[in-house]
Amino acid sequence: MSTQDAAHIDTAQPNTARVDIVRRNNIRSYWRAAITLLIAALLYEAVARSGYFPPVLLPTLPKIGLALWGSLADGSMPRHVVYTLYRVMFGFGLAIVVGIPLGILMARFRHVENFFLPLVSAMMPIPSFALVPLFMLWFGIGNTTTVLIVFYAATFPIVFNTWSGVRSVNPLWLRAAGAMGADENSLFWKVIIPGASPFIITGMRQAFLRAWIAVVGAEMIAASDWGLGWVIFDAKEFLNADLMLASLAVIGFIGFVFERLVFGSLERATVLRWGMMRAAKG
Amino acid sequence: MLPIEVRDVSLEYDTPAGRVQGVKGASFGMQASEFLCIVGPSGCGKSTLLNIIAGFLTPTSGEIRIGGKAVNGHGMDRGVVFQDFAQLFPWRTALGNVTFGLEMKGVPKAEREEIARKQLALVKLEKFMDAYPHHLSGGMQQRVAIARALAYDPAVLLMDEPFAALDAMTRDDMQRLLADVWHKTRKTVIYVTHNVAEAVYLADRVIVMTPHPGQVKAEIPIDLPRPRDPLSVEFLDTQKRLLSHLGGTAIPAAA
Ligand SMILES: Nc1ncnc2c1ncn2[C@@H]1O[C@H](COP(=O)(O)OP(=O)(O)OP(=O)(O)O)[C@@H](O)[C@H]1O
Ligand SMILES: [Mg+2]
Repeated sequence: MSTQDAAHIDTAQPNTARVDIVRRNNIRSYWRAAITLLIAALLYEAVARSGYFPPVLLPTLPKIGLALWGSLADGSMPRHVVYTLYRVMFGFGLAIVVGIPLGILMARFRHVENFFLPLVSAMMPIPSFALVPLFMLWFGIGNTTTVLIVFYAATFPIVFNTWSGVRSVNPLWLRAAGAMGADENSLFWKVIIPGASPFIITGMRQAFLRAWIAVVGAEMIAASDWGLGWVIFDAKEFLNADLMLASLAVIGFIGFVFERLVFGSLERATVLRWGMMRAAKG
Repeated sequence: MLPIEVRDVSLEYDTPAGRVQGVKGASFGMQASEFLCIVGPSGCGKSTLLNIIAGFLTPTSGEIRIGGKAVNGHGMDRGVVFQDFAQLFPWRTALGNVTFGLEMKGVPKAEREEIARKQLALVKLEKFMDAYPHHLSGGMQQRVAIARALAYDPAVLLMDEPFAALDAMTRDDMQRLLADVWHKTRKTVIYVTHNVAEAVYLADRVIVMTPHPGQVKAEIPIDLPRPRDPLSVEFLDTQKRLLSHLGGTAIPAAA
């Protein structure tokens, strides 16, 4: 027993120390990011004030801030955000519902793989933006087209990664589970899905990024009145460079929040906690 | 609890580099509740044979019968502990791993956790119940795997060098524990090892395999009274006898 106690203490000690180091590294990396952003902002401000460019085209930061504040205060920016988020979440959700099962089926059944793999490989490199005009012809302007564009952009990374993930599930886990009497259903939910989760989460992450880029592009030409992509495009008509840049900041900010907070936390709660993926050092 | 018959089992692996013989014409029988050890040099096909008996590999020729029925795929009658540490589910805690088999059987949550806690206490890991496998050492992971295989109470236990990664002291403890569990439950056990002393300590009978490609070379009954004393003269004699059967093949020193 005493050796066990020693072992327990041994593992407990470095762990708390490591948590401290991780926290300190996190704070430091936030500082570094803040400093980078600050320098970039100062450079921009310097160029904007230099007088080489007309101020209408290159508004100063305070002007952009004012435009942002104005659009937030009158409720138009929140509404644009809601529209865009609705489209992206709808399309992304569809991509998950279709992509994960399809990826799994491809990995489990030879003929499904034979049929879909060439299709996926051929369609994946087509930029979703290139499909916008075609989808507009088919579905008109509005939510249907934008949601479908998002869906198109997000599905392939999910299918591809899920397919790879399921094939890389350690056969020992399947054997062990089989020996313990797992049926197909349990095998699926309790072994294959968690076993493939590092890949599935990576796939969703890539998919979200693509979806976020796609939705803004699609909204520029296939949305009317609302959406972050639409504001930017519309602002051009009125030479509202400040509003355009304010919208870009919002787009970047939301993308960052999803990437770091949503998917970051998902990873921390699952694959990082299980030791199936390692956090980058420092 | 179930008799096992291995009849002229051979297996060839298909690899890009050509066909590799895994086991060659292995035959032996086992009575119910017998403890059988398989010893042989590395690469001779012990794991392959065990995986065939477990039903994970289909032999190229020959057949396995367990309780009179031909083996066709894996089944709940056989609990398996693999040689590889990675056999635990990384997304489940030690406790979650041990409850898995009971969960598949439909045992209610409270009850299966109770059983799993007992099994983990048996392998001295009750303090690490809530730890994920990647926070456990190799030997600890292996002990969780043993608890997991025992928890759902299969009639046959197939173990592939489960204690190879343990330090000598823990290994002694675990061997005693296993002998104890076997004595109480009367499971039929096939146990693969490199370690001659371990085989003599645990087995009713030892199967010695030739170097690659593995064939059964000798069957040696061990009829020392139990519990066995590894320091007794008879024990050491038996160990010597077994070593001589292994011939010139390199076997790590007895623990
Ligand atoms: N998956 C595989 N594919 C191809 N050949 C294999 C495979 N597994 C094992 N072999 C070959 O079969 C032979 C027997 O391997 P096996 O793993 O059964 O040996 P072993 O007796 O368990 O060795 P060890 O004591 O080192 O674990 C080896 O020569 C090996 O090269
Ligand atoms: Mg082996």
